[in-house]
Amino acid sequence: MTELVKLGGDLASHYNQWITVFLMVSGLYIVIARGNMVKKLVGLSLFQTSVYLLYLSAGKILGGTAPIIDPAFTVYSHPLPHVLILTAIVVGVATLAVGLALVVRINEAYGTIEEDDIFEQDDNRP
Amino acid sequence: MSEHLPALQVVVPLFGALLAALVRRPWPAWLITVVVSIAVLVISAMLLVRVLDEGVISYHLGGWDPTIGIEYRVDIVNALILLLVSAVAAVIAPFARLSVLSEVPEDRIGWFYSMYLVALAGLLGIAITGDAFNAFVFLEVSSLSSYALIAMGRDRRALVAAYQYLIMGTIGATFYVIGVGLLYTMTGTLNLGLIADRLADVESTRSVLVALAFIFVGISLKLALFPLHYWLPNAYAYAPSVATVFLAATATKVAIYLFARFVFSVFGAGFVFADLPVTPVLVTLSVAAIFGAATVAVFQSDVKRMFAYSSVGQIGYITLGLALATVTGLTGGLVHLLNHAIIKAAIFMGLGAVFFRVGGIEFKDIAGIGRRMPITMSAIGIACLSLIGVPGTAGFVSKWYLIVASIEVGWWWLGFLIVLSSMLTVLYVGRFFECVWFREPSPEAATATEPPFEMLVPICLLAAATVYFGIDTELTAGMAQRAATALLEGLR
Amino acid sequence: MTPATLIVLALVIPTAVALLLPLFASRANLRETVTLIGAVLLLVVVLMLLPLVLAGERPALDVWMVVPGLTIAFKVEPLGMLFAIIASGLWIANSVYSIGYMRAEKAHRQTLFYFCFAVAIAATMGIALSGNLFTLFLFYELLTVSTYPLVTHRGTVEARNAGRLYLLMLLGASTILLLPALGWTWVAAETLDFRPGGILGGVVSNTALGVLLALYVFGTAKAAVMPLHFWLPAAMVAPTPVSALLHAVAVVKAGVFTILKVIVYTFGVETLAAAGTGDWLVYVAGVTVIVASAIALRQDNLKRRLAFSTISQLSYVVLGAALFTPLAVLGAALHIAAHAVSKITLFFAAGSIHIGAHVDDISRMKGVGRRQPWTMGAFAVASLSMIGVPPTAGFLGKWFILLAAVGIGQWFAVGVIVISTLLNAGYFLPIVYRAFSKVDGARPSLAEAPWPMVAPLVVTAILTVAMFVWPEIPYQLAEMLSESLTTAPAGG
Repeated sequence: MTELVKLGGDLASHYNQWITVFLMVSGLYIVIARGNMVKKLVGLSLFQTSVYLLYLSAGKILGGTAPIIDPAFTVYSHPLPHVLILTAIVVGVATLAVGLALVVRINEAYGTIEEDDIFEQDDNRP
Repeated sequence: MSEHLPALQVVVPLFGALLAALVRRPWPAWLITVVVSIAVLVISAMLLVRVLDEGVISYHLGGWDPTIGIEYRVDIVNALILLLVSAVAAVIAPFARLSVLSEVPEDRIGWFYSMYLVALAGLLGIAITGDAFNAFVFLEVSSLSSYALIAMGRDRRALVAAYQYLIMGTIGATFYVIGVGLLYTMTGTLNLGLIADRLADVESTRSVLVALAFIFVGISLKLALFPLHYWLPNAYAYAPSVATVFLAATATKVAIYLFARFVFSVFGAGFVFADLPVTPVLVTLSVAAIFGAATVAVFQSDVKRMFAYSSVGQIGYITLGLALATVTGLTGGLVHLLNHAIIKAAIFMGLGAVFFRVGGIEFKDIAGIGRRMPITMSAIGIACLSLIGVPGTAGFVSKWYLIVASIEVGWWWLGFLIVLSSMLTVLYVGRFFECVWFREPSPEAATATEPPFEMLVPICLLAAATVYFGIDTELTAGMAQRAATALLEGLR
Repeated sequence: MTPATLIVLALVIPTAVALLLPLFASRANLRETVTLIGAVLLLVVVLMLLPLVLAGERPALDVWMVVPGLTIAFKVEPLGMLFAIIASGLWIANSVYSIGYMRAEKAHRQTLFYFCFAVAIAATMGIALSGNLFTLFLFYELLTVSTYPLVTHRGTVEARNAGRLYLLMLLGASTILLLPALGWTWVAAETLDFRPGGILGGVVSNTALGVLLALYVFGTAKAAVMPLHFWLPAAMVAPTPVSALLHAVAVVKAGVFTILKVIVYTFGVETLAAAGTGDWLVYVAGVTVIVASAIALRQDNLKRRLAFSTISQLSYVVLGAALFTPLAVLGAALHIAAHAVSKITLFFAAGSIHIGAHVDDISRMKGVGRRQPWTMGAFAVASLSMIGVPPTAGFLGKWFILLAAVGIGQWFAVGVIVISTLLNAGYFLPIVYRAFSKVDGARPSLAEAPWPMVAPLVVTAILTVAMFVWPEIPYQLAEMLSESLTTAPAGG
C-alpha cells in the first residue's frame, strides 16, 4: 500500500510531464481524426504547444526566479529553454498563419474546407 | 571576410530574399536570384576547398561559445551537401526566368523568388549548422517557404498539396524538436558535438531511446521515408516547375543529411545499428519504398507525379545505404544522394520545359513530343538511363556500391532485390519513352518546339552531368567515401 | 602509331561517324559516304593491330578508374582480336547492304538508323577489346540501348512490343544476373581483369563457381541460351540489315563472346574442369541446340527460321566453351567467326528476296532461285556452312568441338552435334531446293535486288568458303587462345 502511495506521489510529482503528454496526444489526435482543415490546424497548434511545455519545465528550477542577476537571489531558472521556446513560438505562429492562409485560399477555390469534399471534387486521393 | 564564409552562406540568400520581396518586379527579382545563387555556389565551393585543405571549420556565431551559442560546423559531409544545394540552385537560376514567368501570376513573381531564396537559405542553414535547435529553426524556415512555393502551383490541387505537406511537415518538425528537447534535458547542450560527447554516459536511458525514436520518425517524415511519403507526390506534381526541380533535388536530400548526422555523428553507428534493431527496420522500410513506390509509379497518369513516386523509391536506395552502416554502404547511400539529386533535377527540369511549351504534363498531353523536342527529350532520356542505373552513368556508380556493400555483409538477397528493383524503373521509364517517342503527337504536342536556349542549356548541362559523374567520380564517389568515413568515425 | 592509339582509334572512329551523321541528315549521299569511309578506316585500324597480336603482344590501355574496382581498360587478346576483325569487316558489308536496302524500302528516319548503327559498332569494338569485366559490361549495355531504336525502327505496334521484350530481357537479365555476378566476383577476387587462367580459381567454393557460371551464362541473354531466347525471334520485326547486325555481327556475337571470354579469362577452363560444378552447361547448351533446331524446322517465315537457326548455332559456341578443354575453346572461337560470315549472308539473302521478289515466307519461295540466282547461290553456300559441310567455314568449328567432345568422352555433346547437323540439313536444304525448282508456265525473268545488296552477300558467301580454304588468321588466333589456357598458371 505504501508503495502504491509512493508511486502515486512519483507520478503526481511529474504532473508537468503528464500535461505535456496529454496535450501532445490530443493535438495529434485532432490532426488525424478531424476532416475540417481549420480544426486540423488547431490540433497542430495544440501539438506544438505541448513542446513548449516540455522545454520550459526542463528549464525550471524549483524555487528559482527569473534569470536577472540580482544580489537578493541565488537560484535562477535556466534562461536558455525560454529563449528557445520564444523562437519556437514564433515558428508555431508562422506555421499557423501559413496554414490558415492556405485554408482561406482552399475555401475560395473549392467552396469547402472539409477534406473529404475536396478529395471528392478532385478525385485525387494519394 | 573569408573567415565569415559559413555565416555568409546563409545570410546572403536570406538578404537576397528580403531584397526580392522589396523590389517585387519579376525581372529584378530574378536577377537577384541569379546573383545570390552564384554567390552561394562560390561560397560553398570555397568552403569545400578549405575543408579539404584545413579540415573541419568551426564558426561561432556572434562569438558565443558553442556550449551556449550556435556553432556552424563544416566538415567534408556537409560541405558536400552545401555544394550540392547551391550548385542545383545555380543551375536552376537561368532556367527559372521563363518558366516562372509562364507559370506564376505576374504580381506574385517577386514573392515567388523571395520564398525560393528563403527556402535556399533554410536548406543551407540545416546543412551548415552544428546546433540541434538551430537546425529545427532552419527546417521550419525552409519548410514554410516550400509550402508557399508549392501553393503557387498551376491549379487548385497545389493548394491542397501544400496544406497536406504543411500538416505532415509540421508534425515531422515537431517530432524532431521533441527529440531534441529530450536530448537537451539529458545532456544539457544543443551542440551536436557536445551532445555526442555527453551521450556516452546516458546512452541506454529511456529518455535517450525515446529521443532517438522521435528524431528518427520526425526526420523520416521530412525525407519522405516510406510509409511517411504521403505528402511528397502531390507536392512535387502540382508545384510550379522551378519549385519542383529545386525541392526534388535538394529538400529531401538535406533531410537525409540531417538524419545521417544524427544517426552516425550524434547517436553513433555503434549505438544505433549494433545495439538497437534499427538496421532491419530501416532496410525493410527502404526495400518497401523501392518496390512500393516504383510499382505505384508505373500506374500514374501524370508524368510529374510518376517521377515524384520514383523519388520516393530512390530515397529508399539512399536510406538502404545508410542502414547498412558500413563504409561501402554509406558511400553508396551518399553518392546516390548526390547522383539522384542531379538526375531528378535533370528530369524535372526537362519536364518543366515541356510544360512551358505544351501547357500540360499528363501522358496524353506529351504523347509524341519526342519528335518535336528531340534535344529536351534526349536529355531526359539520358537522365532516365541514369535513373535505371545503366553502366557509364551516375546511377550505376551508386547501385554498384550498394550491391557490393550488400554482398560484403553477406546479404545476397539484398543485392538481388536492388537489381530486381531496377527493372521496375525500366517499366515506368519505358512507358514514358514509348509515349514520348512512339505515340501519335497530341494536338498540343504537335505544334511544340524546343524550349529557348536559356532553358535548354541547363537541361543539357544536368543531363551531361549524369553521364560525367558516371565516369569521373572523384567529386561524387570519392568525396562520398571520405564523407562516409568521417561519419562513421563520429564527430570529434 | 602506338598500339594504344590504335585501340583508341577503333573506338573513336565509329563514335565520330555517329556524331558526324546528324550533320548530314539532309544529304543522303554524303551521309552514306561518311559511314562507308568510317567502316573502311575501322577495318584498317583493326588490321593494324593484328600483326602485333599474332606476334604475341597484348596491347593494353588503361583509360580511367571510375571507382575502385571499376576501371575502363582495354587489352587486345586473340579472341577479342578475332571478334573485332569480324565486326569491323562485316560493318563494311552491312553498310553497303543497308544503303541498298533502306533506299529500296524508302525507309524513314534513316539518319537515326545509321547513327544507332555506328554507336552499336562502337559498343561492339568496346566489347571486343575490353580488358576487364566492367568495361565489357559497360559496352554490353551500351550495345543493348543503342540497338533498341533499331529494333523498334518501323514504329509499328509489333515493333514496339518486340522492342519492349528486347529491352526487358536483355537489360533485365544483365542487370538482375550479370551485375550481381560482377559484384560477387569483385568481392571474392578483388579484381575484374581478364587474366589467362582466370581469377576465380581458389577464391570461391566449387558450388559458388557453379552458381556464378549460371549467373554469367543466363545474365548474358544476348547469347540466347534457352530459356532466355524469346527476344531474338521477336526482334525479327526490324529491317533486315538490323537483323543481320543483330544475328551475325554485333549483338548475339557479343553474347557468346562474353560467355566464352568469361569462361576462359574469368573462371579459367582448368578451374571449371576441376570443379565439376559447371558441367550442367553442356546439357543446357545441348538442349538449346536441339530444341531450337526443331522449332526452326516448323517455321515458314524465312527470317524466323533463320532466327531459330541462330539460337541453335549460338549454343554450339556455348557448348564448345562448356566442354572446358582447350581444343573445344578453339572450336568455339572458330565457330563465332564462321557463323558470323555465314549467317550474315543468309540474312542479306532474306532481305534481298524481300526486296527483289517481295516474298517473306518459305512456302512461297518456289522459283525464287531462278529469278535471283546470285542471292540464292550465296544462300546455298551459307546453308552448307550452317550444316557444317566442307568446304565451308562452318565445318571447322564443328569439327574441333566434335573432336574435343570425343576426346573427353562427352558422348552427350557428340550426340547433340550429330543430331543437330541432320536437323540443320532438314531445315536449310528444302529452302534451297524449293528456290531452285522450276515454276510451271512462263520462263521467269531475272529480278535481282539492287547491286548494293547483292554484292555484299556474294562477298560474304565467298568469305565463307575462303575461310575454309585459307583459315590461317582465324585459326592462328583461336590457337593462340587455346594455347594460353594450358601454359598459363592456374589460379588468380
